[in-house]
Amino acid sequence: MEGRNTGMPLDLAWVHGVRINLPSVKRRAESLGARRCVKKQWQAAWLLRAVTCIDLTTLSGDDTNINVERLCHKAAHPVRHDLLAALGMEDSGLQCGAVCVYPARVAGAVATLKRIGADIPVAAVATGFPSGQYHLKTRLEEVRLTVADGAKEIDIVINREMVLSGNWQGLYDELVAMRGACGEAHMKAILAVGELGSLTNVYRASLVAMMAGADFIKTSTGKEGVNAILPVGLVMCRAIREFYQRTGIKVGFKPAGGLRQAKDALVWLILIKEELGNDWLNNHMFRIGASGLLGDIERQLFHYVYGRYAASSELPMA
Amino acid sequence: MAGNTQAVSAPTVSQIFKTMEYGPAREDDKIAKDWLNDHDRKFGHFINNKWVIPEGRQTFETKDPCGGNVLAATIQGTQEDVDLAVGAANEAYNSWSALSAHSRARYLYSIARHVQKHSRLLAVVEALDNGKTMREAWDCDIPLMTRHLYYHAGWAQLVDTQMVGWDSVGVVGAIVSWNFPLTLLAWKVCPALAMGNTVIFKPANNTSLSALLFAEICAEAGLPAGVFNVITGGSAVETMLASHSEVDKVSFAGSTEVGQDLRRLTAGSGKKLSLELGGKSPVIVFESADLDSAVEGIVDAIWFNQGQVCTAGSRLLVQEPVFDTFIGKLKQRMRTLRVGPSLDKVMDMGGVVDPSHVKVIAKYVDEARQEGAEVFQIEAPPGSYYPPTLITGVGTASRCVMDAIFGPVLVALPFRTAKEAISLANNTIYGLGASVFTEQITLGIEVAKMVKAGAVWINCHNIFDAAAGFGGCKQSGYGRDGGKEGLFEYVKPVWQDSHKFTPPKIDFAKFGAAYSASRPSITPATPQIVSAEETMPRVDQTYKLYYGGAQKRPDGNYNRVILNTEKKAFALVGESNRKDVRNAVEAAGKAQPSWDKRTGFNRSQILFYWAENLEQRRQELVDHLVVVTGQSGEQAGREVDASVTRLFHWAALCDKYGGSVQETQLYGTVLRMNEPMGVVGVACPDEAPLLAFVSLVAPAVARGNAVVVVPSEKYPTVPLSLYQVLETSDMPGGIINILTGNRDHLTKHLTEHHDVQAMWYFGTQEGSTFVEHTSAVNVKRTWVNYSLQRDWFSREEGEGEEFLYHATQVKNIWLTMGDIFAN
Repeated sequence: MEGRNTGMPLDLAWVHGVRINLPSVKRRAESLGARRCVKKQWQAAWLLRAVTCIDLTTLSGDDTNINVERLCHKAAHPVRHDLLAALGMEDSGLQCGAVCVYPARVAGAVATLKRIGADIPVAAVATGFPSGQYHLKTRLEEVRLTVADGAKEIDIVINREMVLSGNWQGLYDELVAMRGACGEAHMKAILAVGELGSLTNVYRASLVAMMAGADFIKTSTGKEGVNAILPVGLVMCRAIREFYQRTGIKVGFKPAGGLRQAKDALVWLILIKEELGNDWLNNHMFRIGASGLLGDIERQLFHYVYGRYAASSELPMA
Repeated sequence: MAGNTQAVSAPTVSQIFKTMEYGPAREDDKIAKDWLNDHDRKFGHFINNKWVIPEGRQTFETKDPCGGNVLAATIQGTQEDVDLAVGAANEAYNSWSALSAHSRARYLYSIARHVQKHSRLLAVVEALDNGKTMREAWDCDIPLMTRHLYYHAGWAQLVDTQMVGWDSVGVVGAIVSWNFPLTLLAWKVCPALAMGNTVIFKPANNTSLSALLFAEICAEAGLPAGVFNVITGGSAVETMLASHSEVDKVSFAGSTEVGQDLRRLTAGSGKKLSLELGGKSPVIVFESADLDSAVEGIVDAIWFNQGQVCTAGSRLLVQEPVFDTFIGKLKQRMRTLRVGPSLDKVMDMGGVVDPSHVKVIAKYVDEARQEGAEVFQIEAPPGSYYPPTLITGVGTASRCVMDAIFGPVLVALPFRTAKEAISLANNTIYGLGASVFTEQITLGIEVAKMVKAGAVWINCHNIFDAAAGFGGCKQSGYGRDGGKEGLFEYVKPVWQDSHKFTPPKIDFAKFGAAYSASRPSITPATPQIVSAEETMPRVDQTYKLYYGGAQKRPDGNYNRVILNTEKKAFALVGESNRKDVRNAVEAAGKAQPSWDKRTGFNRSQILFYWAENLEQRRQELVDHLVVVTGQSGEQAGREVDASVTRLFHWAALCDKYGGSVQETQLYGTVLRMNEPMGVVGVACPDEAPLLAFVSLVAPAVARGNAVVVVPSEKYPTVPLSLYQVLETSDMPGGIINILTGNRDHLTKHLTEHHDVQAMWYFGTQEGSTFVEHTSAVNVKRTWVNYSLQRDWFSREEGEGEEFLYHATQVKNIWLTMGDIFAN
């Protein structure tokens, strides 16, 4: 990542001046996939790029070191060797952007990745994920403990109550504290957009998170009713763009929740290219939080290489 | 994803992985090419469900503007061909118009289904022939066409119950431009067929292919022979079709200049005419807008179809505080637009219709540069492409601000207040579309109301649907395509006979030009008052002109002697001239907006009160009518009573015809507003001088118009005496303005006046022809009687829906809605 977001004082006038027109946003979001597409080798290349942006994720109550270890292996070798060879990418060192787990699984994941020699950051959800309905003190302590376990990225959840009650100062203060607790680890602020009520609030929350120093802003936990949908992504990208234009600071973006198909990944890449430009089209600035997506991408790559569709049993599971 | 066979071509996957560039994504045009080859790439006319390729016709090579390749040759129709097509349509009309409504609905439904089944082919042919992007053909043109077919299959089904009192017109000649070949076809053909007419369709010369394909699809769908015919060719064929004696209605979409020519060409023939012409539509962005979304609205407004859209939002008005920010955002967005081959699915813009059109556009932009404007453009490939262009630093007098460029060129001007934005928006000869961007709903709706246009979009632009009529006002034309409002362009009142006239030869320069006035008459009627003491003359009664709410002497200070039935001088009335017309129109223009702003309730109270006061003077009016017309007291009594009834009718309709909600596919509300025309010139007939006057004036003012009315030339004093009634009825000054004198002289000056929006003329065939012909100057709407009299006492003929149709024009306001996306 380029120079980190150092944040700025809360600018309430900026936050309150935000106006978002949902019908227009929806129209633009719908047109993205119609106005742009990638075919043939362009599609293969873009899908490979998408692979490098995946935060390969498992966030389940029954996660143990066994499946997390498998996940780490898959993140280090996300696409079958023969496919990479056929694509002329065998020496590219292609791997996922990060492995994303619960705090209790961080130590195991860090150890596994170290053992297999993969330089992949471990990201952990924290601050009372997914609801955030815990005392600030324990939320901050959770961040510190997780960083101590070796997490390089912390996906914190924001306090939705403060958004819904309009307490932007309170939200800002909490996020500044969390950013402090993260230390050297990068802070990815999960807005939980499906619980913010309006796109105007999504934009405002995006701005406050960036003002507080978030390195990434992220759509959702994957546990809300509405997660990563394009209209939300569009609005968050516009917020990132405006923040960059006003401060010169580039903040990353991570959609998460509901991205399962290769074509979804392509549309999100298109969104990033169109709204933010190529500077954001890499895993320093863009991540996709997903688990099943990788399998579908690999299947599409198989088809590109062989001209036939693969059986799911032929591709290594995560 | 296709197989790896093509992966050999550069660049490689690993290169693209680094650059993350877009590649080509070309739509396969094989089936379209197959279709062209089926026809040996030569097409004739499609008449009576058959290909007609007469010998010896000149041909036109239709090209793919993006590749410059010849696609096929079409033929240039001749008079003989036009006669054949019109004959076929005329023959088919007898059986088609006699079919049951349900039967016609089945046919339209079948066409809709077959169009859907061939939709990909239609889209590819359209994109190839026109140069528009495949994406737009597929996402906009074809779905809109299908939607019109289904929507009008519905109207065909409902015509008996929803269009009571109206009947088909006959043979329709539809002529359209090249920018939306299939969409415009659907706009014209669907309502025409649904209402029971048959059609000869003349596509634009350089975009004929999709119409010919559609004709084949209609035949496949089982449409009876002759109901829909296509004839190809250039402007000569247009003229032949529009002037053909057996064509009953001409429906046109294209440039204002050609529309004006068609108006002159058909003047006096009795043909119905609707014109959907050019525009220079404003896009108003307020500081209260979601600016990023407004930028996308502008992409839809001006870079849709390469800006070759009648409603292209080509004049951007931005509020001063956000002007620089907004222009910056817009430029940044422009940098991501992609221009290239129409079949490449990764293009935002394709080619303009022809390389010659590139030159036309470039000339405007060069001129702006020379005027010192800042021109911002992105790259476009060579050939028939023109890049998205933004011009700033220009004034309202620049041609690029005034003219319809019909290309991807946007001019931006700042404004200070909403009032100024409205003034700038309306500072144009056109009135087709407009859009307003603001998150303040009160502001958005008020501006939508104040902008003169047929469609106003709030927070979007260029959204279309079959359920909302498309069309404009001012020099953007009249008539609507779509909506229930659009059906009226293809029907006539049931009681009315077919209108087929040979236009009289008139010297348009001389018609009505002469001004004359009466000299003193030495045979006065001199009414006497007889009493026990003595007999003496009645006090002289002076009739003046009435405009701006005051009685005025005629500018020329000449008068006209009005004779009674004994040919004696009964009264003198003012002989109005050009300057009186000027003054009256000015008064009407000033008064009309506030009259329109009043509530319907308020207008109805005034009309009811007018009726009340009229009845109070019943006996006086009866006596007056008897003296001047010689009719019986009983007959005169009927006329006065009918006038009171008629005023009640229109008073009642003051607050019951405001509009409705259109059931479009938009998530939101589309308001159909039945707006007044503005200032209406009315020349009354001589028959039923009081009742005809009331019958024409009352619906106009009921619906918010102001009128400049010429009462019966022969019997002006009865209607003229109404001004005292008007004054006591609280009718505001300037709403009803009465000018007496020579009907044709006043008609001439009213029709020539650019600030009169409609002219209603009830007089001679010559006068009717003159009005229609001259109305072309500012594309006025007209209503003339071709010297035919109507029964003003009849409810059908004297107060039918026809009056509402002429007194109003539809504005559709598109209101998107939605803020809820999750919890």
